[in-house]
Amino acid sequence: MMSNQDDHNPPVVIELAGVEKSFGRQKVLRGVNLQVREGRTLVIVGASGQGKSVIIKHMLGLVRPDQGEVKVFGRDINRLNRKQKDEVRENFGVLFQNAALFDSLNVYDNVALPLRERTRLNEDEVREGVMAKLGLMGLQEAINKFPAQLSGGMRKRVGLARALMLQPKIVFFDEPTTGLDAHKSNELYRLFYRTQQQLGYTAVIVSHDVPKIFKLADEVALLAEGQIQGCMSPEDFQLSEQPTIRAFVEETMGHLYSSDREENGLYAQV
Amino acid sequence: MYLLLEKIGSGTLEFLETSGRMGMFLMRALTSMFQMPFKVNPVVRQVHFIGARSAFVILFTGLFTGMVLGLQGYYTLRKFGSEGFLGSAVALSLIRELGPVLTALMVIGRAGSAICAEVGIMRNSEQIDALECMAVDPFRFLIAPKLLAGIIAMPLLTAIFDVIGILGGYLVGTGLFGINPGAYFQGMYTSVVWADVEMGLVKSLVFGLLMVWIAACKGFYLHMERSGGFGAEGVSRTTTDAVVLSSVSVLVWDYLISALLL
Ligand SMILES: Nc1ncnc2c1ncn2[C@@H]1O[C@H](COP(=O)(O)OP(=O)(O)OP(=O)(O)O)[C@@H](O)[C@H]1O
Ligand SMILES: [Mg+2]
Repeated sequence: MMSNQDDHNPPVVIELAGVEKSFGRQKVLRGVNLQVREGRTLVIVGASGQGKSVIIKHMLGLVRPDQGEVKVFGRDINRLNRKQKDEVRENFGVLFQNAALFDSLNVYDNVALPLRERTRLNEDEVREGVMAKLGLMGLQEAINKFPAQLSGGMRKRVGLARALMLQPKIVFFDEPTTGLDAHKSNELYRLFYRTQQQLGYTAVIVSHDVPKIFKLADEVALLAEGQIQGCMSPEDFQLSEQPTIRAFVEETMGHLYSSDREENGLYAQV
Repeated sequence: MYLLLEKIGSGTLEFLETSGRMGMFLMRALTSMFQMPFKVNPVVRQVHFIGARSAFVILFTGLFTGMVLGLQGYYTLRKFGSEGFLGSAVALSLIRELGPVLTALMVIGRAGSAICAEVGIMRNSEQIDALECMAVDPFRFLIAPKLLAGIIAMPLLTAIFDVIGILGGYLVGTGLFGINPGAYFQGMYTSVVWADVEMGLVKSLVFGLLMVWIAACKGFYLHMERSGGFGAEGVSRTTTDAVVLSSVSVLVWDYLISALLL
């Protein structure tokens, strides 16, 4: 599995093979094949409700596929016992789409939780680590607030600080910049880039922020109709001739370039 | 006919599934209680929440239960001309039965419902998933402190209930009916033996465990509820279920323990 290691093709760390998943009568994933290589950033795009978050949950081992396999570090995550699963997850840093902050803990304690539960650092060291991460995210002012008192974008940033707390080897960000203003999201992208350079983590990012997110991506995968329509470099993706990908690119990026015209059209109708 | 069979079948399956899940839940919660390193702080916080914050309610109900026992006990005992036994009657019924049961029912209403709602909301908003993804065992982090705190707090609250109740009976007996204070306590000394206290203790330990077990388990598996555990309504319905189920279980186990230890 992790054998074909050379400079151009780092080993595969996460692999979905033929993953199918239904919720009740709704078939969400219809045979998803996807590989994530070590140290690379994979961006999953696709329309809302297509199952991007469900794919992430499969990778995390939170959802069991009806068919197919999910391998993390070469091991089928659904066949691991609890201890082995924890060993795998110790390498994860996860940002959920809704941030999933602990709502009875304030910002500081939320971010400190991984340190307190997973390391034996004393409170001073915890404080140092937490304040550093909160500083990166521009959240020093908010440390005593509770999640319910934060704005959507702040919640996302707290979630990110928590996800990056323990130097993860693989990060999963479900819509990291949704709800952030352009300035904040640009800053965040720079931050991702820097930390990725430093830590060399593997990243799986779900985002609607096309095309900005492409700058961060090594590979882009489009999910539509329950399948990965293609997984390729951002350059190839934008030039792809494949109908579904082309449609997606035109829909999202074409819109950007022709927004003036369209807006005029809209106003003209009103 | 066919429909009926189907209903019975699915009902049985659901029952088995739920029981299995609850059993596994208890096993995991109990084993995670003994995992090292042991953290004291969360347990203290939970004891404070379950115990200290319930103390006032317990004082209040304990006092009135004792007083009403004094009242009714006096009325009954007088018929046999044995008012002197009021002390032992009050003490025995409190220590063996009413103390543990009423304390448990009160604490279930206050803390059991809160535990279920808290855990349920954490399940609903993916906080439990988040814990798992951080490789933090939710049983160890979330459930074990509550379970241990329930087992610690319930006997303590029961003891308070008993003592206050006995005092309440004393107040009514001596104040209202002019019973000799010495006789009230002397009757108690001679009739209450260690086995009675032991029975009360066993009961309150079991009730503490039952309460947290049922409440936390219901909340933890909120997403698997057949009736749909979604949103605020799902949490509230599950919480109600948990309160009813744990109250009923307390009464059933009260009978079982009494029958076993008698
Ligand atoms: N636990 C669940 N139970 C039932 N249906 C679910 C569940 N989780 C997801 N779904 C369904 O699966 C589909 C995909 O959901 P998912 O959250 O993965 O979409 P998404 O691609 O992440 O969308 P968005 O970009 O809006 O976040 C949706 O139709 C959703 O209703
Ligand atoms: Mg999503």
